Amino acid sequence: MSLIVNHVSYYYNRNTAMQSKAVDDVSFVVQDGEFIGLIGQTGSGKSTLVQHLNGLIKTQEGQICFNGEDITDSDFDLRAFRSRVGLVFQYPEHQLFEEDVFSDVCFGPRNLGLTKSEVELRAYEALKQVGIADESFYQSPFDLSGGEKRRVAIAGVLAMKPEVLILDEPTAGLDPRGRDEILSLIRKLHDQNNIPIILVSHSMDDVAEYAVSLLVMHDGKLVYDDSPRNVFAEHRTELEEMGLSVPEVNKIMHLLREKGIPAPADAITIKEGVEACLEILR
Amino acid sequence: MLRDITLGQYYQTESVLHRLDPRVKLMGTLVFLISLFLFQNFTGYIVATLFLVSMIALSRVPVSFMFKGLKAVIILLMITVLINLFATPGETVVSFWKLTITKEGIYTALFMMFRLIYLIIGSSIMTLTTTPGNLTDGMEKALSPLSHIRVPVHEIAMMMSIALSFIPILLDETDKIMKAQMARGADFESGNIFRRVKNMVPLLVPLFISAFRRANDLALAMEARCYRGGSGRTKMKPLKYHLRDLAGYVILAVYLAAIIVVPRVVDKIFVQ
Repeated sequence: MSLIVNHVSYYYNRNTAMQSKAVDDVSFVVQDGEFIGLIGQTGSGKSTLVQHLNGLIKTQEGQICFNGEDITDSDFDLRAFRSRVGLVFQYPEHQLFEEDVFSDVCFGPRNLGLTKSEVELRAYEALKQVGIADESFYQSPFDLSGGEKRRVAIAGVLAMKPEVLILDEPTAGLDPRGRDEILSLIRKLHDQNNIPIILVSHSMDDVAEYAVSLLVMHDGKLVYDDSPRNVFAEHRTELEEMGLSVPEVNKIMHLLREKGIPAPADAITIKEGVEACLEILR
Repeated sequence: MLRDITLGQYYQTESVLHRLDPRVKLMGTLVFLISLFLFQNFTGYIVATLFLVSMIALSRVPVSFMFKGLKAVIILLMITVLINLFATPGETVVSFWKLTITKEGIYTALFMMFRLIYLIIGSSIMTLTTTPGNLTDGMEKALSPLSHIRVPVHEIAMMMSIALSFIPILLDETDKIMKAQMARGADFESGNIFRRVKNMVPLLVPLFISAFRRANDLALAMEARCYRGGSGRTKMKPLKYHLRDLAGYVILAVYLAAIIVVPRVVDKIFVQ
């Protein structure tokens, strides 16, 4: 699996007086098994960019190649392709429509033209994977809690067995518990299915905790593409100028350093922070 | 695609027409629409065209933008023209197969076409230069005498303004849900009519749910702020007539008089 984004640009209201650039000359590569974090302020073009990756938005400039095939080619079958790059939208629970949870998850695989038993098998697997109990299968999806609804919606995408999984702000609007559930689910999916995951977020703590590689967008441009550790350690002030920040743990480390305590400047996860503090106290 | 409809859209710019009191514009539109049916000859069109052209110029809305709105009704326009062209009895000009085109037919078809185009452009000038909120305010104020005979004017105006403000929100929502379902392999484009209708279910159910949810939220928010209908309610920016509005009414009166008098006078001169 490889996904290459090559100099992609996108304008809203192209060729009109109200033209505005949403994505500006973005290039990056998604490798097998990678966990990528994509951060940026509201309106920085994150959502627009990820909608390009499964062909929901047609590329205006640049190319996107999936396994060596150019998806921007006019004769490329986008409809079949969309199932291979799973995109979970913001507030995905708003797309639920069936009478019961199980049928809703069946919608995706059924659209792939699979046999009934294969569809049901996939739906069952996906629901198990996101941790929905058997007794909830035939409930109305609208009777579930917020976190559960969202997990059902994610299962709806997982059931299509995508080769890449993109999640656009999967924790938005959830309480801390629902948030933790979703995040640990995403990590579990990454470990078990070994597919690359792109996590769009504006929580620095989440991406520091999970992502191996970090993309930072600002005003439609891709400004950094590096490991979270390098980005947070080297570009602290620039991030703040963009209206972003560094993870809370990293902020504490810097406060400690200002007070003359030799805390490591590159600790970004809670685990690293705890270890660093223990080290200092010892 | 849904966004291409300019009929009823607002165009943000700075002009005398934009600043005019919405009541004047409502009245003006009404007068203009009625005036289009007050004459039957060419001279009347000259007067109406002069008026319309000067209004377009005053509005400072690009002409191309205005004509975009006509695209939506082009089929209706063509049907009207064709029916008038072939179905008007009179002096035959050309005739083929079972169809005859008459001299009167050509005239009526042309008149009808211009009348319809003027109707649409005339009313779109109002919506292009007035924000929906302003428009409903104007309507509420203009119709307020009716509340004495128990017409719920305020409630009707409130319903209208809520409906108008929901249109862009629901369009956005439709776009989002459509994309989300397409990401799950939904197909909204192919298949016969029955398939297509069936394929709309995954779009319509979430859309209705979200519309109801939004309606519910809005109702709660209004209640939380003690909204209880129109009685005793004041406005932050009450509508007040300015000198320019008076001038607007005067111009309207002059136009109305002109469109009644001029064609008749010209007719008389030519008959003599």
